[in-house]
Amino acid sequence: MDILKIENLTLSFNGKNILSNLNLKITEGIIHAIIGPNGAGKSTLASTIMGLEGFRNFEGEIYFKNQPLKGLGVYERARLGITLGWQEPARYEGLKVSQFIKASSKNKDKDSIIEAFNIVGIDYYEYHSRAVDKSLSGGERKKIELASIVAMQPSLVILDEPDSGIDIASLKNIFAAIKYLHEKDATIILITHSLEVLKQAEFAYLLCNGTILDEGKVSKIRKYFEGKCMPCPHKNIPLLSEIGKGV
Amino acid sequence: MEEDILYEAANLKDVIHDPTVARLVINKDKIVSSNIIKGMEIFPEEIKDGVKVKLVVKEGEIIEKPIHLCFGITEENAVQNIVIDADIEKNASVSLLAHCVFPLAKDILHKMDAKIHVGENAHYSYFEKHIHSKNGGVRVLPKTIVSLDSGARFKTEFELIKGRVGLIDIDIETKCLENSIMEVTSRINGTDEDKILIKETGYLIGENSRGVLTSRVALRDNAKAEIFNKIVATGAHSRGHVDCKEIVQDNAQASAIPIVEVKNSTAHVTHEASIGSVDSKQLETLMSRGLTEDAAVELIIQGLLS
Ligand SMILES: Nc1ncnc2c1ncn2[C@@H]1O[C@H](COP(=O)(O)OP(=O)(O)O)[C@@H](O)[C@H]1O
Ligand SMILES: [Mg+2]
Repeated sequence: MDILKIENLTLSFNGKNILSNLNLKITEGIIHAIIGPNGAGKSTLASTIMGLEGFRNFEGEIYFKNQPLKGLGVYERARLGITLGWQEPARYEGLKVSQFIKASSKNKDKDSIIEAFNIVGIDYYEYHSRAVDKSLSGGERKKIELASIVAMQPSLVILDEPDSGIDIASLKNIFAAIKYLHEKDATIILITHSLEVLKQAEFAYLLCNGTILDEGKVSKIRKYFEGKCMPCPHKNIPLLSEIGKGV
Repeated sequence: MEEDILYEAANLKDVIHDPTVARLVINKDKIVSSNIIKGMEIFPEEIKDGVKVKLVVKEGEIIEKPIHLCFGITEENAVQNIVIDADIEKNASVSLLAHCVFPLAKDILHKMDAKIHVGENAHYSYFEKHIHSKNGGVRVLPKTIVSLDSGARFKTEFELIKGRVGLIDIDIETKCLENSIMEVTSRINGTDEDKILIKETGYLIGENSRGVLTSRVALRDNAKAEIFNKIVATGAHSRGHVDCKEIVQDNAQASAIPIVEVKNSTAHVTHEASIGSVDSKQLETLMSRGLTEDAAVELIIQGLLS
């Protein structure tokens, strides 16, 4: 079943189409990737699916489990089971790591909270009373963001560049958490321009200039990282070096 | 007992029977309970509409457990004047935990005049927590003058996040001699028609003196806040920082005026101030985890004021 279906999605800012006539389908239970160069519109697509402020006025339709999302706010979409991991997670002031994770968590008991820490490889006793603020490194914030998603038990998870700001050791934790979410029957969309991240997926879309240029098994789509890109029909031809960035 | 309501509100029930914890409990203008321990002296005196207290911590004495002070009013309408004269002698160390509890307030005026001297290399920390009624009929006017001798450490925190503020007008001024450190923090949550005035001043006079003034204010409804933070650095190599953050919602209004004056080229003072509504990324992250907008705002403010 398609858990998410996007039909003819167009979103523009100041008269310029950032997403244009975009179509895609996300099959339930499968890890998908959306790849594309910088500025392709990947984060915009993620924001539009989540329904962030400023991204709700689109043409076309997005269906989640056959329900149209147009008109729904972030909270309502989250209640349906959709969530988003930001490319750059928010920093708070004073909010403790455990409070943040607990607020997101479906189960509020301590064991469930500790489990969420463990899954992303963050030591509960070391981190629970620290603040989710600028004292944490970018990688720590990414892992804590992911822990809150794990705790939420969502059914559709969009992760925007889950590897950005992450060192090699932590990347293992991120991948382990993705695997865990997958095993818990979540459908996952990985937004990336990294081959390592793409390899975690089964099916992928190539997004360029606000629209989908190609789709298929990862074994096919990964060729774009290897320089075997088909000619782009759009005017802004993406640089291959850009598509391959982060590899 | 009439005071039980104070102990209850301030969560002091256990402390009040612990002989190893020094305490002084004042209800309006009466001392209702006190305990003095080794190393310190308290000289209380009942004055018109209030109490005057002289507190001395003797040279070199380290008071392990915080001294508990409770300034309460169990009536609906009253005036309370508190005059404090604290002398923390050389090399002494003490922390105070003060609860100002006005659980039934309708029309209450609480004035505090404090003079604090922290001697050479002495440590003094003071945490004042206010617990007000939901009526807003409280006016709180604390005025504090602090002087820090060389190597002294002074830390004060003012917290008013339970119950309605009413009117609060904080005025604190600290003079720092060489190698001394001051940290002044206020955390206030204003709603309805609350009015908050904060004036914090630090004079970094001595060489290597250091100071930070921090304000955290959350405002809703028609609440208003004006914050003046000022650091004047004259001491060589002195360092100062002013940090003011205010979250403003609904029709609330806030202003922040950080003033930094540097009169010695080896000194360095910085400031940051931000006033605005709740950060949209913070808000949307929490909402994308299933929190309602109200619950998300509540959590963000709780963090800011913690
Ligand atoms: N709020 C906005 N207003 C105007 N233009 C925007 C806005 N957000 C993104 N864009 C533009 O949309 C394009 C796609 O951006 P983005 O979705 O962030 O790309 P990607 O995530 O693929 O790198 C870029 O050209 C960017 O400048
Ligand atoms: Mg992006």
